[in-house]
Amino acid sequence: MAAGKQINPAVLISTALVVLWLIVAAFPFMWTIWGSFKVQADFFSKADWTNALYGVFTAEDTGGPFTWRGYFGAWIQEEFWRAALNSFIVVFFTVIISLTFGTLGGYALARSGRNYAFWILMAALVFRAMPHITLVSGYLLPFFEWNIWGILPTTIIVLVAINQPFTLWMLHSFFLNIPKDLDESAMVDGCSRFEAFRRVIIPVMWPGVVTTGLFSFLLAYNDFTVTSLLLSEQNETMIPAIESFLGTTQVEGNVMFAVAAVVSATVPLFILILFFQRQIVSGLTAGAVKG
Amino acid sequence: MPTRTFLWFVLPTLTAMILFIALPIVSVIIQSLHIEHEQVLVTTESCGPFGCEETTRVDLEATEVLRAERPLGQFNGMNTYLGRSHLAVQELREAWATTETFGEFLSRIYNLKFYRALSFTLVYTAVVTPFVLVLGLAIAIGVNQLPRVVRGPSIFVSLLPFLVTPLVGSLILFWMVDGDGIIGATLQWLFDDPSLSLKASAGLTWGTLIFYGIWHTLPFSFIVFYAGLQTVPTDPLEAARIDGASAWQQLRHIIVPHLMPLVAFVTLMLLMDNFRVFEPIVSFSAEAHATSLSWIIFNDLRESGNPLHGSAGATSVLTIIGVVFLLMPVLIRTWRDFKGRRV
Repeated sequence: MAAGKQINPAVLISTALVVLWLIVAAFPFMWTIWGSFKVQADFFSKADWTNALYGVFTAEDTGGPFTWRGYFGAWIQEEFWRAALNSFIVVFFTVIISLTFGTLGGYALARSGRNYAFWILMAALVFRAMPHITLVSGYLLPFFEWNIWGILPTTIIVLVAINQPFTLWMLHSFFLNIPKDLDESAMVDGCSRFEAFRRVIIPVMWPGVVTTGLFSFLLAYNDFTVTSLLLSEQNETMIPAIESFLGTTQVEGNVMFAVAAVVSATVPLFILILFFQRQIVSGLTAGAVKG
Repeated sequence: MPTRTFLWFVLPTLTAMILFIALPIVSVIIQSLHIEHEQVLVTTESCGPFGCEETTRVDLEATEVLRAERPLGQFNGMNTYLGRSHLAVQELREAWATTETFGEFLSRIYNLKFYRALSFTLVYTAVVTPFVLVLGLAIAIGVNQLPRVVRGPSIFVSLLPFLVTPLVGSLILFWMVDGDGIIGATLQWLFDDPSLSLKASAGLTWGTLIFYGIWHTLPFSFIVFYAGLQTVPTDPLEAARIDGASAWQQLRHIIVPHLMPLVAFVTLMLLMDNFRVFEPIVSFSAEAHATSLSWIIFNDLRESGNPLHGSAGATSVLTIIGVVFLLMPVLIRTWRDFKGRRV
C-alpha cells in the first residue's frame, strides 16, 4: 500500500500513548526495587533525586552504593519471615480448598439444565459484588463469641467462601466447553456420575483449574480486608504486616523496612506473571468473551 | 443431572457461601439494629464530716457482665441508621431549612461522616470507570498495531499494576508522591513551592487517589479489549477501507460496535470493584480528606478495643443497598433473558 511509506499520525499518536502507559506502569516498580537497596536519606531525598540513583548517603553510611539493611531489618529484626510463612499457609490451603469446592460445584452447574442452577449462578454474581468489608463486619462478633477469631483456619475458610462465587463462574464456563458426550458416554458404559467425573473429567480439566487457581492465589495473597481484621498479631500475613510496619516504623525512621517488605511481597507476583502470563490473560478474558 | 446428585456436588460450595456470605449479611442486619451497652453507672452517697456528697462512677464489673451476657448490645431499632453518623435525617432537615443556596446545603451535608464517604466513593467510581474504559481501549488498539515481538512484553508490563496487591501498589505510588519522594519533590521544584504536598488539600488527595485507581484498573480493560480486538472480523474492515473509511470511522462504526458486549462486561466489573475502594485510602493515609464507605466500616471495626459493631453494621447494610442499585440493570437484563428463554 502507498500509505505504508508515510508516517501515519494516528499510528504515531497511539504508539506514543502505549509507550507513555508502559512507562507509567513500570517505572514505580523499578524505582522502588532500586530504592529498596538504599538508605532512607537517598530514597526519600528532597534535595536531589539523583541521590537515589547513585546512593550518595548509602555509600557514606555503609561503604557501598547498595545495602541490604532494609531487608535485614524487615526480615530478621521485625520478623517478617513469620508473616511470609503465615501467608504461605493461608494461600496454599485457600487455593487447594477453593479449587476442590469449585470444581465439584462448577461441574454440577455446567451439567444441570435446571432453573435452580441458574439461580445459584445469579446469587453467586450478587455475592461476588459484596464489598468484603461488609461481610467481615458480619463475622467479627460471632467469631469472638465462638472463640475462633485470630487463627489461621478461620481466615482460610472465610477466604475460600469469598473466593467461591468467582471460582464457580469461571469453572462453570470452563466445564461448559468440555463436551457433554465425554462424561455421558462413560455413564452409558456403567459409571456413576461421580465415577465419570473422576475418571473422565478430572484428567482433562487441568488447564481450567490452573487458570482458576491463579486467580484464587491472587485473591488470597492480595487480601488485606479479611486478614487484617480476622488475624491476631502473631498470626498476621504479609499484607497486614506491611500495614502495621507503617504505624511502627514511621516513628522510628525505619521506612526502609517497609519498602524492603513491599518489594519482597511483590517478587512472588512478578514470578507468577512471568510464568503464567498466558493463563492470566485467558482467565481475565474467559468470562468476557463468552458474554 | 438428577437433583440428588447435583446436591452432593454443590454441597461444599453452597455450604461455604451460605455460612460465610449469606449469613453474615443477615448478621450485619441484626447488628445494625443494636447498639453497644452504655456503661453501668452507680451512684453512691458518701457522708463525711462536711455533709453528704453524691458521686457517680462506672461500675466496670457490671458493665463487663452485661457485655458478656448480651454481646449484641441493646436493641436500638432504626436509630443507628437515622442518627448523626449515618443518614443524619435530622441534620439534613435542619440544613435544608437553614441554608439559602443549594451549594451551601451540599457543603453542609459534606461535613456529615456518611455523606462525605458516600460522595468520595461515588465520585471515584464515576470518574475512574469511564477513564479506564476509554484509555484501556486506546491502549489496546495501540498495542494491537505494534509488531508481534513487543506485544508480549508490553502485556507483561501492563499486568503489573493490576495484579500487584492493592495495598502494596498504592504504597509504592504514595512513597513517590510523598513530599520527599521523587514525584513529590519534583513537583515542589517545578512549582517552586516547598510546602506543596499532594496530601495537603482535598482536591489533590482526591486527584491522587483517582490517578491510583486508573493506574490500578486500566490493565483489566486493556487486556479484555485487546483479546476482543483479535476477534474483530476482517471482511467488514476491508470493505470499509475500500469504500474509503478513515481509521476513525472504522473504529467508530465497526470496531466499537463489535466490542460493545465486552464494554458492558468491563463496566460491570469496574463498577463493582471501584465501589469498594478501600486500600489506597489506608496506604495514602488520606482519611483527613477522603474516606470511602468501605473505609468507614473498617474504621468502626478497628476502633481500638471497642469495635462499633452497630455502626459498622448500619454502614454495611447501606453499602449493600448501594451495590444492589449498581447491579440492578444487570440483574433485570439477566432476568428478562431468562424469562425470554423459557417462553
